[in-house]
Amino acid sequence: MNDNTLEKLTILAESAKYDVSCSSSGTSRKNRAGMTGSAEGWGICHSFTEDGRCVSLLKIMMTNSCIYDCAYCINRRSNDIRRATFTEKELVELTIEFYRRNYIEGLFLSSGVIRDPDYTMEKMVRIIKDLRTIHRYNGYIHMKSIPGASRELVNEAGLYADRLSVNIEIPREENLKLLAPEKDHTSVFMPMKYIHQGVLASKENHKKFRHAPRFVPAGQSTQMIIGATSESDKDILSLSSALYKRESMRRVYYSGYIPVNSYDNRLPVIDRAPLVRENRLYQADWLMRFYGFNANEIVDDSYPNLDLEIDPKLAWALRHPEVFPVDLNKADHRLILRVPGIGVKSARLIVTSRRYGRITAPILKKMGVVMKKAQYFITCGELPYLTVNELNPEAVRNLLLQNNRKKAPQNQLSMIFPE
Amino acid sequence: MVVFTYDKTIEGLLTAVFYAYEWKTFPDKLIGEDEPHPMFTTEHYHIVTDSARSARVWNGLVKKLPKKACNMLMHLWLSEEDGTDMLFFRYIRKVFDSPGDVYMDFTDPDILDAKQIAKKVSCEARYLIQFVRFQKASDGTFFAPVSPRYNVLPLILYYFKDRFADQKWMLYDTKRGYGYYYDMKNIVEITLTDQDFMEGGRLDEKFLAEDEKTFQQMWRSYFKALTIKERLNPKVQRQNMPRRFWKYLTEMQEE
Repeated sequence: MNDNTLEKLTILAESAKYDVSCSSSGTSRKNRAGMTGSAEGWGICHSFTEDGRCVSLLKIMMTNSCIYDCAYCINRRSNDIRRATFTEKELVELTIEFYRRNYIEGLFLSSGVIRDPDYTMEKMVRIIKDLRTIHRYNGYIHMKSIPGASRELVNEAGLYADRLSVNIEIPREENLKLLAPEKDHTSVFMPMKYIHQGVLASKENHKKFRHAPRFVPAGQSTQMIIGATSESDKDILSLSSALYKRESMRRVYYSGYIPVNSYDNRLPVIDRAPLVRENRLYQADWLMRFYGFNANEIVDDSYPNLDLEIDPKLAWALRHPEVFPVDLNKADHRLILRVPGIGVKSARLIVTSRRYGRITAPILKKMGVVMKKAQYFITCGELPYLTVNELNPEAVRNLLLQNNRKKAPQNQLSMIFPE
Repeated sequence: MVVFTYDKTIEGLLTAVFYAYEWKTFPDKLIGEDEPHPMFTTEHYHIVTDSARSARVWNGLVKKLPKKACNMLMHLWLSEEDGTDMLFFRYIRKVFDSPGDVYMDFTDPDILDAKQIAKKVSCEARYLIQFVRFQKASDGTFFAPVSPRYNVLPLILYYFKDRFADQKWMLYDTKRGYGYYYDMKNIVEITLTDQDFMEGGRLDEKFLAEDEKTFQQMWRSYFKALTIKERLNPKVQRQNMPRRFWKYLTEMQEE
């Protein structure tokens, strides 16, 4: 460990930081005698950087040299940046020493492609294999599977990693071809399929043999860049929803495009990353995973993009006033989940508590329901509120937006004339 | 007003529950032994802590409540906030007095309050698991001072024992003046006479292991390199990582 390592660490962290995924959830593994570490199923963030993103794993690249020239990537071969490569020893020592100090939950190993996909993948697999078998490391490992890697290598990586991921990056193939001429969707979807098949095979084996080796217990994830190409939210969300159909796919990440290579004129000129859109996409993603929404309920042909001013759940509710008001003392859990202002936890609290007595507005407030929003969509016996049907969707929308806009300067006097 | 005095321990409180049922007299207020009596005290009882009686009450609770709710009660107790003992008492009464399961009835303000306080305590425990930073001392012990809002060290020992099973470590609560030491076999509770060497949350430099400063430096550089400048959002950082932990965080220290 010396200054040279320190410099490499900085360079390779800079190169790895644009990957959004940093979760350490999905695997619960107790400590084993003679090994270092454990894994917690609930995922632990150990720190938060100034941009508000969590640091859970040592997110680092094996090398930032790359044979590809993808327009959206900072490590493309035509960029004049400092290049570095970690040795296995350095990576292992950093991981274990950081881990022992409770800085991190584990390692997230990614890499630029050197020589060819298989060669790179082989080197990466070697590192995580040694980390597990020689250095007896029992913490979390997330490894990036290189697009175009062969089935054998993916299968081997799956034995040591908790999660594997292959990034789609651009949702539509023609756009991917435009920005990354050397890549195609097959090279991404094939490793994804191998991972999925590996997971299924390992599940089958587990039914027969209790100690059958586990294959990527935390499943796989992927990432898409938002705003670098012309895809609508409908394209993005229908792809996500198709991906979530496979049970091994745990997370799809959305990464607002940051102009890292602004000289490339295939890319749009923007002054800041589309953070609001990214946020709305995550909200939509949550609706699909935890609230029982389908992608085509959130966006469809008449509304191909998400409303940036209001969240997708509220937007859905305003488009479907016929569903409301929901009677919280009687309605299905499924329907309660669809009320704006009620989350997964408060929906569960409502359903368990109403067996004992009537749910009333003050109780709802204490349970953590956002009444400011929910009031237009619910009845619970005594509530005299005006619902979305007495007002109308447009009025509710304006009322809710007013709260957000209050701070905006008023440039005109408002006068109220008595009738 | 009926007042019970007790020794402010959980055994004392459970003993109080026992006697309250035996005497059929329920307190309006619970106070510590040396606290002044409130105005309008009409009856006053002094509770002598009795481990056999408190165990009977606890076993009764375990029989009536699922494990999750018992854990929740332990969390509630560890919050050490004013008035939680009375809330605890009322909760137990509700459990014993009602024929069915009450612990899920969140329309009852006591049950909901208890749940919410317990929730805060478990959040604090989670914060600690996230933000403890060990510093390696020259004798090879990994050392971390902490000062959590609630008394949560007992709740997180299992986690640290499991994760850091093959290293010696010590967690020390500077606010409450006690901590735990793990020697790769057992965890023992310890009290230090001198806390000066960890002034300001960091271990004094002369006690650090040789390579400790290098790794701290590396972690700081890594942390800095990871920030995406185009997305600065210090508010979210503060929300997720409250300021009160910063003095213990290696990455938030000035070089």
